Amino acid sequence: MPDVSLPTRMHKIRGLLSLPRSSRTVPILLLLILVAVPLITPSRSMLNLLTEIFIMGIFAMSYDILLGYTGIVSFGHALFFGTGAYMTGLIFARTGPKLGYLFLAIGGGILLVTVMALIIGYLSLRLKDVYYAMITLAFAELFFIIAEKWRSVTNGADGFSFNVPAVLQDRVVYYYVSLVLLALIVVFLRRFIESPTGKVLQAIRENEKRAEFLGYDVLKFKLISNVIAGVVASFAGVAWALQQRFVSTGVMTVDKTIDALLMTTIGGTGTLYGALLGSGITGMAKNWLSELAKVHPIFERWYIIFGLLYIGIVLFFPGGILGTLMRIRSTKNKPSVTISAGD
Amino acid sequence: MAEPIIRTQDLTIMFGGHTAVDHVNLDIMPNKFVSIIGPNGAGKTTFFNLLSGQFFPTSGRILFKGHDVTDIPAHLRTRLGMGRNFQISNIFPDLTVLENVRLAVQARSGIHYQILRHHRKYSRFSDQAMALLESVKLSGKAAQPSRFLAHGEKRKLEIAIILALEPEVLLLDEPTAGMAVEEVPAILELLARLKTDKRTILLVEHKIDMVMSLSDTLVVLANGRLLAQGNPRQIMENEQVQAAYLGGIAP
Repeated sequence: MPDVSLPTRMHKIRGLLSLPRSSRTVPILLLLILVAVPLITPSRSMLNLLTEIFIMGIFAMSYDILLGYTGIVSFGHALFFGTGAYMTGLIFARTGPKLGYLFLAIGGGILLVTVMALIIGYLSLRLKDVYYAMITLAFAELFFIIAEKWRSVTNGADGFSFNVPAVLQDRVVYYYVSLVLLALIVVFLRRFIESPTGKVLQAIRENEKRAEFLGYDVLKFKLISNVIAGVVASFAGVAWALQQRFVSTGVMTVDKTIDALLMTTIGGTGTLYGALLGSGITGMAKNWLSELAKVHPIFERWYIIFGLLYIGIVLFFPGGILGTLMRIRSTKNKPSVTISAGD
Repeated sequence: MAEPIIRTQDLTIMFGGHTAVDHVNLDIMPNKFVSIIGPNGAGKTTFFNLLSGQFFPTSGRILFKGHDVTDIPAHLRTRLGMGRNFQISNIFPDLTVLENVRLAVQARSGIHYQILRHHRKYSRFSDQAMALLESVKLSGKAAQPSRFLAHGEKRKLEIAIILALEPEVLLLDEPTAGMAVEEVPAILELLARLKTDKRTILLVEHKIDMVMSLSDTLVVLANGRLLAQGNPRQIMENEQVQAAYLGGIAP
């Protein structure tokens, strides 16, 4: 009798923990479509737009690690994005457009961002909620001002342009490069949030005190979250600089962080894919609305329209688009879940 | 005589001018069921918060298994062998019931910083968590988000979480607080079952009749001071206690 019941019980537990199988089909299908896009359309602007969406999607996903998975609101996340972008820009501007220097930019970015994330995190992550958000705002402004004033290096808000290796200048090649980067980061971040450490982050988001009284060192976990989110954001910054071939203090602004915050909230926090969806919607809407400017000048102020869209989503879909969809699906499945768990 | 598992020496905490816990010297012997009772505002929960590391004392010391833990943060006290619940249910509301317990099992196992392996690879954590849920009769709700549980079930879930930590000392702060009358017997039965195991249980309780039969020792706090301690009968007969706490209830 026991040798029958134990495996069944274990099987039941596995069943309870595993996600519906379709959670993998959608991303893979989407990836295949995206791989095919350059074969279907030769439109340069389309490829550029998608590349931008991928890169901002990486940035937004890194923000979701903080906001959606650890439950911390940061206004200084662009700091890490900007560090990656400046690292790339400065190295290429001062040396030459050789591929080897790219690895220097990536490696240097990882190192610098890790140190920054640890120091800033150590100084600020002890504070809770609003106070933490305020400290990150202060750090963001501090680094923005440094970048602004240190004109001999950064050329301030005017920025500077630089050449990138010839192979990366090809739009189709760079489209695939950024798509591969995106896919790798999705795999890595999914792995991370499903790891024992990632699960503890979600526990901290839910109830910091309880996590602490389970014996988890909350500050250390928040630091890990901050470093991983920071490093991923710096990758996005590197990719961004390579696409734009231009860096200015714009990459460091609080606006940039707010962009990631909006994308994550629109798509759905704590879902990872929601951040990507948010990046897609934001990118498409921006593009579409600025094209409508030819029809009527009001659309030049696309940010206003976007603001209305954002308010609508926050009011009517508090879980974001993906979050709301998932909730609908889980309520639909609920009776079957209860039965399978109850018997 | 055995060494006390917890010893407080002149334990004191002041909030502004108010002394919430006032020079408490208390020895808790291992493998006993000790209940701390006292009127509202006696400092019971504050005393608990000092023991578990949520507050740090103004003066005095706390010894746990002979070691001075006065300045040790809460998460390390948990790892040393203290497990506590809270008067207001303290769970992870959006995570499933099973995940709530699984996280505690994982914490106990010491797998904290592992970022590249899938958590489901550690299937023994889930199995152990499921077994604990069965022991508090919640296994049927394992897949639900824990916020959907009834109040009494949340308290049971909390107990399962603490048991997963395999603590030497269980610190339970009013496990029946805010509970419907019909839910109380299930918790009492659970507490009675916990008692049979080899562990020290320290319970804070407001309702004295509830803990009478369960406790080996009663500790009475009043106005932050240790008023009396002894077995339930001694406490009931103690005139000081009757005056300060039981008032008109006892004859």
